[in-house]
Amino acid sequence: MSRPEQIAPPEIFYNDRESRKYTESTRVQHIQAQMTLRSLELLNLDPEKTHFILDVGCGSGLSGEILTEENQIWVGMDIAPSMLATALDREVEGDLFLSDMGCGVPFRAGTFDAAISISAIQWLCNADSTTSEPKVRLARFFNTLYAALKRGGKFVGQFYPANENQIIQITSAAKVAGFQCGVVVDDPESKKNKKHYLVLQAGHSDRPLNLGNMEVESTTPKKEKKMSKKMMKALETKKEYIHRKKELMKRRGKTVAQDSKFTGRRRKPRF
Amino acid sequence: MKFLTTNFVKCAVKSCDASELSFPLKYEECELQLQEHDFNPEFLISMLPRLNWDAIVQVAADLGNTTLPSTKPEGIEDNEQMLKDLHSLLLETQIINGKMTCRHCGHIYYIKDSIANFLLPPHLANS
Repeated sequence: MSRPEQIAPPEIFYNDRESRKYTESTRVQHIQAQMTLRSLELLNLDPEKTHFILDVGCGSGLSGEILTEENQIWVGMDIAPSMLATALDREVEGDLFLSDMGCGVPFRAGTFDAAISISAIQWLCNADSTTSEPKVRLARFFNTLYAALKRGGKFVGQFYPANENQIIQITSAAKVAGFQCGVVVDDPESKKNKKHYLVLQAGHSDRPLNLGNMEVESTTPKKEKKMSKKMMKALETKKEYIHRKKELMKRRGKTVAQDSKFTGRRRKPRF
Repeated sequence: MKFLTTNFVKCAVKSCDASELSFPLKYEECELQLQEHDFNPEFLISMLPRLNWDAIVQVAADLGNTTLPSTKPEGIEDNEQMLKDLHSLLLETQIINGKMTCRHCGHIYYIKDSIANFLLPPHLANS
């Protein structure tokens, strides 16, 4: 899968052609809508009330349209002018800001009830010019976001980390800013449908994030788990190996032949 | 940009963070438009404690409306007429074009086609 982050900075990559392509693609629309709804589910806002929401990296307003449908009032910011021009053509309801999240969120303290971000924060890990330092930009973003949310405000951001290091980099920057922080991974087995959601909470809230039975805590990857997995693999039989692989493929949504009594059984010797 | 947003947006320059002058911004040469929006009293009531009334008065004066009371009126929650007035001011008044100036560093942000440009030049972005 290609990563636009590796091609050019966002304001250059999302030119008129690319932003039209992005916005008109029904596949992208569908995925963006799904991720926005999932983010809202994680946010766990009171459905009866209208909230003031910030959309970081709003792009052409695909996520904003869902917010409007959910009867929320929102402000969107994005760095790509073409994306915002597309949003303007589509007559979205929210206010649009041409702004770089790495330079901070330009709102005074306690402005927003919540914030979301769909497929945007991984861009912060890029050093696109000689003067931009990812560490500084991440810190600036999370510090100003923390201030702009009211106490107990929540943030859910879906992002595409390039590797494990980026997750650590992002979560540690958020923690330094004062957030309670965690990463929710949906569909962890599927390479294609795997989705990372950064969930942050600024202080205590009456309606905490909807994480099921998980806790808001840091996600430090466990090192010693890898070793035992290797040993398990060395110990398993051929039949177990086949069953494990079939199970994995099933979870990834592939069509897999049904198990029978012949699965993984040794064939009789032939010439 | 909705009038409501003017009550929250401040200068994006890092060195202005600590300054009280960076909010509210100074609005000049603004072109306004009325855009209808569904009346939602609950939202307004939930926003009331967050509003900075002095800033509302100041920005409204910048935009040529000096009829607002100088202190926050009491009992807005129960007064439907007042809520409606506030609704048309905060949510239906849109700034289409204009200029915002930071009172601390003097940086000018432009609003064009109702999109506010908060991109900073490199010398301000990294200070």
